[in-house]
Amino acid sequence: MLKRVHFPSSVLPFLLVAPQIIVTVVFFLWPAAQAIYQSFLIEDAFGLSTEFVWFENFELLFADAHYLDSFWRTLFFSAAVALLSMSVALILAGFADRIVRGATAYRTLLIWPYAVAPVLAGALWVFMFNPTLGIFPYFLDMLGVDWNHYLNGSQAMALVIFAAAWKQIAYNFLFYLAAMQSIPLSLIEAAAIDGAGPVRRFKDFVFPLISPTTFFLLVINAVYAFFDTFGIIHAITQGGPANSTTILVYKVFNDGFVGLDLGGSAAQSVILMFLVIIMTVVQFRYVERKVEY
Amino acid sequence: MNFTKATFSGVALASLMAGAGFAQTEIQWWHAMGGANGERVDKIAADFNASQSEYKVVPTYKGNYTETMTAAVAAFRAKEHPHLVQVFEVGTATMMAAKGAIYPVEKMMADAGESFDKSDYLPAVISYYQTPEGELLSMPFNSSTPVLWYNADALKAAGVEAPKTWDDVKAASQALVNNGMECGISFGWQSWVMVENFSAWHDLEMGTKENGFAGFDTEFTFNNEKVAARLDDIAAMSEGNLFKYGGRRGDSLPMFTNGECGMWMNSSAYYGSIKTQAGFEFGQTMLPLDTNVADAPQNSIIGGATLWALAGHEADEYKGLAQFMTYLSSPEVQAWWHQETGYVPITTAAYELSKEQGFYDANPGTDTAIQQLSLNTPTANSRGIRFGNFVQVRDVINEEMEALWAGDKTAQQALDAAADRGNDLLRKFERAAK
Repeated sequence: MLKRVHFPSSVLPFLLVAPQIIVTVVFFLWPAAQAIYQSFLIEDAFGLSTEFVWFENFELLFADAHYLDSFWRTLFFSAAVALLSMSVALILAGFADRIVRGATAYRTLLIWPYAVAPVLAGALWVFMFNPTLGIFPYFLDMLGVDWNHYLNGSQAMALVIFAAAWKQIAYNFLFYLAAMQSIPLSLIEAAAIDGAGPVRRFKDFVFPLISPTTFFLLVINAVYAFFDTFGIIHAITQGGPANSTTILVYKVFNDGFVGLDLGGSAAQSVILMFLVIIMTVVQFRYVERKVEY
Repeated sequence: MNFTKATFSGVALASLMAGAGFAQTEIQWWHAMGGANGERVDKIAADFNASQSEYKVVPTYKGNYTETMTAAVAAFRAKEHPHLVQVFEVGTATMMAAKGAIYPVEKMMADAGESFDKSDYLPAVISYYQTPEGELLSMPFNSSTPVLWYNADALKAAGVEAPKTWDDVKAASQALVNNGMECGISFGWQSWVMVENFSAWHDLEMGTKENGFAGFDTEFTFNNEKVAARLDDIAAMSEGNLFKYGGRRGDSLPMFTNGECGMWMNSSAYYGSIKTQAGFEFGQTMLPLDTNVADAPQNSIIGGATLWALAGHEADEYKGLAQFMTYLSSPEVQAWWHQETGYVPITTAAYELSKEQGFYDANPGTDTAIQQLSLNTPTANSRGIRFGNFVQVRDVINEEMEALWAGDKTAQQALDAAADRGNDLLRKFERAAK
């Protein structure tokens, strides 16, 4: 005879998960559904005349060369930010891991930038690199570099990449350092006894062992570069000059909140949403398999 | 202690009495004036509130122009919009197209039985905000126009006069650079200054259908060879730093106030900033004339913002709003606002009053803007522009002009691309506004 264990049903578990469900529905599912609906409409700003157009907003976007440019620009920007901030954080963590005296002070100082709000981070870099007033253009001028990110698109791009990466280094550093410190000391010592120098130990032991962290940070940094860099770009370049720093998320804001083209802006945010879903799935499905745990 | 207590109970008593005696009708006013100008807005509202007891105008700062407009649009969709909102001039077409959302000021004044005479207002200011039939849609509030600012000390040292034509500008720039200055001239708000105002100043059409006034089916024509020739000439001035590009909006202001560039073209409303930042004698003069295009200047067009009444409130509230509009455009308030801020006065009476008070004698050059605006009766090309999605079109023009300054495109290529992309935005607007 089959015996089933019966628990008396209770509302308590439902109550306990309810806040999380409500938050998800109100702050994610509902706005997402609204965005999808809006992306099928062509509408004036005040919502007085509305036309349901199915996928026309999307067709217009993919026929727009500037939108496609923005796509590639975003990929380049994200890759550059992730690469730069992760590699710098890795190097810093590698050094910090070896420090014995004053380690806390170093760590605290390295984590500081993470506490700076994106817009403030942007403002700092704007002042440092202002072609007229900034200190860096002054030094660069001595080296014969004419810095003017108001006019030079590549310089503007470099500037937002630096600012965005700088802000994320602290976060990456924190995770890398924690990962390195959780490696059993016996492994590293055994390698050292076998004659492996610091570089060799890092290359053959530490780096492979922290690869789950690298993978995790790759996802986080890609998402960061795609979405959270809005404040930095808004403060430094506002997407200019000549669109050279307009990444997808900035274009969503600009078309929607400045241009009041709600349908087109919603269509862009729907595309972004699917992009992130695909990115996350791909990363977890394929990249994760190659990671050694 | 006693004093605090007494004040406190006094306030409590007063508010009690106010509650019991008469309920004041509140009028919400959303504006985009931060800092010192925000305080001036508060003062205007407070003075109006003190002048009568029936209505209370409540000003609220909603961020910059774009943010204020977006906030009003969102509030309208949620049916929680204010009575009055300040919208910048490029938002005019969007507001105008929203027929069910706005309450034309002239109609509102008539419905409320408030006397209102359009001929009191400066034609160049109100023509920007009229329908083709001549109905005034919104109340001008803060208007400015671009002028040529110059470093008087530097020009004197280089031995040149303040320029009147573009040939003068080039010669003066050369003289300034020869005399050791880093650059001759720069400008900001380049779409407004170098395309919109350059066209109006030389009576050139910027778009078909009377610059968009006569219909949404307008197309850009600013990509003509006259504008292109001027811009090419300026781009050529980059050689040897006679001209230096310093970014959008007012980003290039430090180049002028630091003494890097001897001349700067931008809004007359920078008067206050320049006065506090420049450590040299400065002056303002009219925009330079391109003698290859016209023999005499027409008139310049305004920038800045107007106040729009939004539909959907009680008739009684609009009555209060109409009274406030009358108060706002009274000569005393306007003259004060003009002299404090550098914006142009919106009525002839306020201009006359400022003259009487000796403001222009004490501050020479401060009437340049108003003289430029009222130089001639505005033509179809010079009364203003009205294009949909113009916030984005300005960005497009900015982008293409930056490509020109960077040397990636010729002026004709840049203007053609800007007109093409702008026309797409116009079609999109035409369709959405239908």
